[in-house]
Amino acid sequence: MDPILRNRRRRQALYGWMLLSPSLVLLSLFAFLPTATTAWSSLFSRGTPRRPAVFNAPDGYADLFADPTFWTVAGNNLIYAAVVIPVSIVLALVMALYADAKIPARGLVRSAYFTPTVLPMIAAANLWLFFYTPGLGVIDSITALFGAAPVNWLGSPGTALGAVIVVTVWKEAGFFMIFYLAALQTIPPDLREAARIEGAGRLTYFRRVLLPLLMPTTVFVFINALINSVKMIDHLFILTKGGPDNASKLILYWIWEMAFSFFDQPHAAAMTVLVLLVLAAAALLQFRVLDRRVHYR
Amino acid sequence: MSARRLLARLDAAGALLLALVWVAPLVFAAWAAVHPPGAALDFDLGAPLTLANFETAWVAAPWATYVANTVMLVAFILAGQLVLCTLAGFAFARFSFFGRDTLFVLVLMQLFILPEVLIVENYAMTARLGLVDSIAGMGLPYVASAFGIFLLRQAFKSVPLELEEAARVEGCSWMGVLWRVYVPAARPVYLAYALVSVATHWNNFLWPLIVSQSAEVRPLTVGLSLFGAPESGVDITVVSAATLMTVAPLLLAFLIFQRQFIQAFLRAGIR
Repeated sequence: MDPILRNRRRRQALYGWMLLSPSLVLLSLFAFLPTATTAWSSLFSRGTPRRPAVFNAPDGYADLFADPTFWTVAGNNLIYAAVVIPVSIVLALVMALYADAKIPARGLVRSAYFTPTVLPMIAAANLWLFFYTPGLGVIDSITALFGAAPVNWLGSPGTALGAVIVVTVWKEAGFFMIFYLAALQTIPPDLREAARIEGAGRLTYFRRVLLPLLMPTTVFVFINALINSVKMIDHLFILTKGGPDNASKLILYWIWEMAFSFFDQPHAAAMTVLVLLVLAAAALLQFRVLDRRVHYR
Repeated sequence: MSARRLLARLDAAGALLLALVWVAPLVFAAWAAVHPPGAALDFDLGAPLTLANFETAWVAAPWATYVANTVMLVAFILAGQLVLCTLAGFAFARFSFFGRDTLFVLVLMQLFILPEVLIVENYAMTARLGLVDSIAGMGLPYVASAFGIFLLRQAFKSVPLELEEAARVEGCSWMGVLWRVYVPAARPVYLAYALVSVATHWNNFLWPLIVSQSAEVRPLTVGLSLFGAPESGVDITVVSAATLMTVAPLLLAFLIFQRQFIQAFLRAGIR
């Protein structure tokens, strides 16, 4: 090979690695290594000063599966995801359609939908506390007008998770609206005209034209919503602390509790590994669907 | 024709109703914040107004320190992200070397290995580095952002090679090319990324909660959570006042730069 060319290649490689190295060091320290050590430490028992940690791979996970709290928390998170994801996606789509239509005060309506996105989840939870206060809160004040008895929304096992879900949807829908709004604005207006000339009604146009065209956006939003249903737990710290009796506890909150309140690192690690597996599955889905999206275009 | 007009009216009514429902929590908080503790929940329009709740909230916690901490945290993260992601994005976009594509996939995996999920081991790492209870400890896990690397790589890739060659003919070094050609060309992406980063980390809670232990480094969200927790026994009107105080900077910024803000989120989210 031409020595000048080879020299230049070598220099390219050297520069490339040098430019990457600061990011690689930090990514290793806070993403790759922790992933590996989490998997590793989930295989050990909890160590105490007297009794050092010992290797007991299956036991950590067996304990976890034997713990009824695990099933409660996993079930809660499933319900949380199964309600929050579709409801916030549908609301986001409705908001985007409204925000794209010719309506009065459109700018104001748009920012009203988007405002919760810029608030911290902690602040959102504080705002909603005001709604949920038993007897005195906004909801009970309204239902009292119709003669309903006050409800302890956050303190009853039957309603706590629902109350948490409402706050998440409120926080999230406006964010997803933005993506639908962007997608709607790329759809040529001729399509609507054509559909109208063909005699298609609003619903037909929506179902046969808009929805298929919005499909890639929906997939993108869905995956984001899936990740959020693992990540969005800040409001639990204010609203319910996972209670009453674990009725509104979600996985990440439980991991935090195990690791930082009960100092049970091995079980927290085992739980983390399970979450990482779910996220890896989401990642694969994302990459495959993104591939298809490229072909679609 | 009239059926269509009726539909349009219905649309407008539905849109406004939904908007009202959506801002209601903020409106009620504002209502509570300007009323005396006893009168907040009566919803009497004639009730006397007061700013006392803001005073009570302000003196009850070191808010000025919290704000300063949040500003420092956000600035630390953003500055680190801009430098590291620029270098890494440049390497992925314009250098060819063995292992580059594998590395890029590894970096993309970090989009899914959320720092939030790795709290246990990341805390152990932060402790090993001696960074517990420091701004650096709260910020460092977010500095090498896969998202930022990805965005800037895409932006740099769309810069025409002719521009780079012209700069090289003029005698620019690699760094000169990056600084004079690529960075200016990607300015809108930088702006978008910066807005999203600031909004995200201004609002971040779980990791700062874990790492911060003293009021000297505690950011706004953690401070607010301690202040507003129901068991702290603070009256809801005072909590409302404190909440509004803490969201005011970002909310005002959003209302002023609404267009840019929404554009930024769009640009950042859609590839």
